[in-house]
Amino acid sequence: MSTVKVTAPPERREAPGSERARRRANGGRYWRWLPVAPATALMLLFLAGPIGYCAYLAFTDMQLTGQATSSFVGLENFRRAFQDSDFLNAVVLTLVFTLLSSIVGQNTLGLLLAGLMQRASKAVRSVTGAVVICAWVVPEIVAGFLLYTFFHKEGTLNSILDWLHLPSQNWLYTLPILAVSFANIWRGTAFSMLIYSAALSEIPTEVSESAQVDGANGIKRIWYITLPMIRRSIGTNLMLNTLQTLSVFGLIWAMTRGGPGNRSTTLPVFMYDQAFNKALIGYGTAVALLLLVVGALFSLVYLRLMREEV
Amino acid sequence: MAEEVLLVRAIVPLTLTVAAALAVGTLTGCGTTDDPDVIEVAFQKDTNNQVTVREDYVEYVAKQFEKAYPGKEVKPVPIQASQDDYYTKIQVMMRSPNTAPDVVYEDSFLIRSDIEAGYLQPLDRYLEDWDDWSEYQDAAKEATQGPNGGTYGVPDGTDTRGLWYNKKIFEKAGLPTDWKPRTWDDVLKTARTIKKRVPEVIPFNVFTGKAAGEAAAMQGFEMLLYGTEDPLYDKQREKWIIGSEGFEDSLRFVESVYSEKLGPPVSEALSPNIQTQVPTEYLPEGKLAIALDGSFLSQQWLKTGGKPWPEWSETMGVTPMPTQHGAAPGKVSMSGGWAWSIPEHSGNPDLAWKLIETMQTPKNAREWYLRGSQISVRDDVSEDPEYQKSLPRTEFFTDLVDVSHYRPALPVYPQVSTAITEAMEQVTTGDSSPREAAAAYDKQVRSITDGAVTKR
Repeated sequence: MSTVKVTAPPERREAPGSERARRRANGGRYWRWLPVAPATALMLLFLAGPIGYCAYLAFTDMQLTGQATSSFVGLENFRRAFQDSDFLNAVVLTLVFTLLSSIVGQNTLGLLLAGLMQRASKAVRSVTGAVVICAWVVPEIVAGFLLYTFFHKEGTLNSILDWLHLPSQNWLYTLPILAVSFANIWRGTAFSMLIYSAALSEIPTEVSESAQVDGANGIKRIWYITLPMIRRSIGTNLMLNTLQTLSVFGLIWAMTRGGPGNRSTTLPVFMYDQAFNKALIGYGTAVALLLLVVGALFSLVYLRLMREEV
Repeated sequence: MAEEVLLVRAIVPLTLTVAAALAVGTLTGCGTTDDPDVIEVAFQKDTNNQVTVREDYVEYVAKQFEKAYPGKEVKPVPIQASQDDYYTKIQVMMRSPNTAPDVVYEDSFLIRSDIEAGYLQPLDRYLEDWDDWSEYQDAAKEATQGPNGGTYGVPDGTDTRGLWYNKKIFEKAGLPTDWKPRTWDDVLKTARTIKKRVPEVIPFNVFTGKAAGEAAAMQGFEMLLYGTEDPLYDKQREKWIIGSEGFEDSLRFVESVYSEKLGPPVSEALSPNIQTQVPTEYLPEGKLAIALDGSFLSQQWLKTGGKPWPEWSETMGVTPMPTQHGAAPGKVSMSGGWAWSIPEHSGNPDLAWKLIETMQTPKNAREWYLRGSQISVRDDVSEDPEYQKSLPRTEFFTDLVDVSHYRPALPVYPQVSTAITEAMEQVTTGDSSPREAAAAYDKQVRSITDGAVTKR
């Protein structure tokens, strides 16, 4: 801990007795914000606007069809959600999906790949990088169809398993949440890998070298040197991964449509199903708001993790 | 802190101005297609690209229309989606004047719901001056009426449902080719025999689950339920029936089909492609022995269809679906159909009506009945010899009209239908027993209808 005391600067320095000077200062600030104004306006219009509208809809019983006028119903939609076993099922599946595919899958695999690539030859590095990033570049819906054909009963994976004389699988039907989690890992690992590659290359070689001189073995070096030094990157990566995974829709929709039954219905799929298939826009948006809350909770945890000092 | 407040104070007016400018820009930017000379026609396009039956027909009519009204243009808006997604899409489109088409193809089961939502225009002012309207049968007219008696669509045919079966597979299995099942058990027994004797084919398809949507609810479930003692809705008391034995028995039938592996593999049965797969793949390729399906199935096997199959009329037999225990009248059918409507937000309703009129000249109406394997709802076309002798199965399916049931024509029906498909999916996957699935349905229907239910 540093012992230097920093005195806070005075909040505003008054030009003695000059009203005009103050106004000029305000004007200066006004113009200084001009460059970010378009971005702010866009955010307000296309982010805050829809979110506000969504928040309003969540308190109404609006339907897509079969209803002349909608009315305000207060907390009814939320009350309904917490009594709806399908909603609770979707929450559990969302947590499973996020934990499995984002936190365990993408994050760990990304770190592992980045670590291995650091030591690999240039050729291996560029080939691996290119392959992994390809999966990231492919649009979500295309990835969804690719993986659908991969996991399908008569798909690529079973052809390979057959050829190896191994028993075949039908995960899209028997373990759909696992199949979509694998799909999400396949698609999202590149992002983690890139973040960790950047973070690892920032670690000064002297630090790990001196640890080596002090007799720390590989695992100890990773645990005491590498991981603490890239802790902030881990936090950032986890946060971005988690938030992205929480809102995955297209991939799951293309692969399983949330089925069979409800076995892969995560919150975004549940929300779509309620709002558009069942025409319950009000209830669907209430679920969307709850999804937002789940995302916010995760972010809080990660922000907390990042703020702590080493 | 004070600094921040100050900044916010500076930002707000600026952003508001920019936001307002942007908003105006976007609104005027996305141009509406309300060109007075262009009629947009929205309809469903099959998920299988080979199937273009409806598109071809719209284009066929569009050509005549453009010739009759020089300078006007018909713009087809085919929506390639499964049926449920199609319904959602047109509802979303019709909500806004910016995206509403001028003519829309409405499923009769959804039309009440969309009328209630204010998406459609009453057509009475046009129908009054249209002589052909008197040719339409009353049942068809009622199907497109709103609660206040106005008419919101012109039906372009109706349909009935029954059992299609492949005579060649029946021969192979040593079964008589003039199949006449009397009860549900007869149907299941036949399917079991086929499974045993011709193991390489799928014995029996009953649509099920959420992905097949209304096809599962109507072709599958209601064809069973209306053969029991318990319908879906009690008309006299105006209440939905829950807790009925018939409902559970119907689910048990679906469960038997899928747990005994008499149906397609469950993962196929629950996929949204199944509805296309049955007529364009399973049946013509001889992979499926019996299909509980609609009269319109043969549209795919005509020259204009997605899978032309000239031999279909010799290979495929038809027989009515029996009631549960053979109770009178001994057979069940359900009827539906589609209609052409004009959305409330159509920018050009008068010209849109002219297009509907063109579609429904006796000749064009007949053309669709033939191409779409529809049952005529117009007396003039029904008497037309060319219509009568056109399709080998028309007589059979037309006769079923007498015993045919209609779905409850109420705005909440589409939601009830979704609840049915969920119950079906639960028993198809084996996640729930028929009793549990029926109980879950009861609970849902109670909530959907605000308690307008009656227990059997």
